Amino acid sequence: MNAEPVTIAQLAPALRARTLTSQSITDACLSAIAERDQALNAFITVLGDTAREQAERADAEMDTGQYRGPLHGVPISLKDLIDVRDQPTTAASRVRQGHVAASDATVVTRLRDAGAVIIGKTNLHEFAFGTTNEDSAFGPARHPLDPNRSPGGSSGGSAVSVLANMAYASIGTDTGGSVRIPSAVCGLVGLKPSLGEIPVDGVVPLSGTMDHVGPLCRSVEDASTVFDVLRGETPAMDRPVPDVGGLRLGILRGYFTDVIDPEVGERFDRACDRLQAAGVALCDVEIRHADDIASTYLHIVLSEAAAYHAPTLESHADDYTPNVRVRLEMGRYILAEDYVRGLRGRDVLIHEVNEALTGCDGLLLPTLPIPAPTIGSGMVRIGGSEESVRNITLRLTQLFNLTGHPAISIPCGCTREGWPVGAQVVGHQHRTTNLLDTARAIEPYLS
Amino acid sequence: MQVTLWLENAVRDAERSGLPALKPLLESLARSTTALRAADWNVDPAGQHPTRTGQDER
Repeated sequence: MNAEPVTIAQLAPALRARTLTSQSITDACLSAIAERDQALNAFITVLGDTAREQAERADAEMDTGQYRGPLHGVPISLKDLIDVRDQPTTAASRVRQGHVAASDATVVTRLRDAGAVIIGKTNLHEFAFGTTNEDSAFGPARHPLDPNRSPGGSSGGSAVSVLANMAYASIGTDTGGSVRIPSAVCGLVGLKPSLGEIPVDGVVPLSGTMDHVGPLCRSVEDASTVFDVLRGETPAMDRPVPDVGGLRLGILRGYFTDVIDPEVGERFDRACDRLQAAGVALCDVEIRHADDIASTYLHIVLSEAAAYHAPTLESHADDYTPNVRVRLEMGRYILAEDYVRGLRGRDVLIHEVNEALTGCDGLLLPTLPIPAPTIGSGMVRIGGSEESVRNITLRLTQLFNLTGHPAISIPCGCTREGWPVGAQVVGHQHRTTNLLDTARAIEPYLS
Repeated sequence: MQVTLWLENAVRDAERSGLPALKPLLESLARSTTALRAADWNVDPAGQHPTRTGQDER
């Protein structure tokens, strides 16, 4: 049986009713990997044998009426930053050659308890320190729609695995946008929850102030289900979707829309028009220190990443990919006083995002100012100016890593060439479930 | 430490460490540091806010 592009929400009832088996859908995912992964390079480690064992066990349980929930028997991939017991966690780097995880990350334990089938470890930008998945000891991951294009990053392999039907969801990490960016590039839903909501133990860190774990899925409902499992909750069934007409969203413009590919901007504006036509109240809001976001983020992420990598930059310097190595080395030069200035800026931006959210169910902005970038292109032309791919891909996502507000990317159409465009919805701190309710309500109107 | 002096020291150290590729990155970082220091949330002990002149006055 070939894996059909269905959601977990569509799959789960069929598994429970035993009209589908976990073994059949797992085999279909493994077939998709066998057929396409040599070209797409989504996976670093394929866990075929253990996945089949898990699928067999899931089927045996469900055959006897033991049902663990909507992830029972569902193949899920994991970004190869996340520990799986007795498997290597490579972080896409030769620095970690020979590593074998002694235990599961907490999120993996929760996925296993929910009956998920762990199908493999996905490719990423080395140590999550990039937005294109180009710099990996295992080679770049490639966009399923065009192998010359990046799927985004750093959780690029995760996005490819879901888009190419190799998994029904993937667990990624997001420190500056690394779940939301590849989700937008690949036409998926990507959730960065509130800071601290999903445990990060057993996950290789990048920047402790801003690291988040989150799912990449085919729908907001799936993201909600996986989010509940990752935070240790039983997935809510039949949660009511709020009336879209009762919602109020703040639109972030200025800095957030003035450097943007024209087609991406147009798709976003049309999405806003559809929401307004459906009865969503829209108002323009601002972040007064928006121009300070990039410098604030840079001084925190570089300092914290450099601190973590300092020992291996001494002992294993040549094992890093060159681009990642020089950026990590750069972080070692940041003065403590400037790191502290960054932390102060973070406090200011937290306050300003909270202010912008006042009276709103969420904030709305594009996820990514450009469609899928070409692999190997460090620069991209937008309008009359050239922008760094790294800077432009982080531009609209990094703020919410700084502040810790939950944010989700939802598909909102495609360019004329067929490249997915994403819209980003941001919620109140520590109210990710409310954000997901809002996202579920507006999802049908976004594309 | 003024950003200009910081940059001189950082580039010299990077070259000594055999990492000339760092120079353009450090120059970019210096511009970012200058911007960060100019942000109006930085109040000094004299109660003065920095001005956004693009110059590092410290």
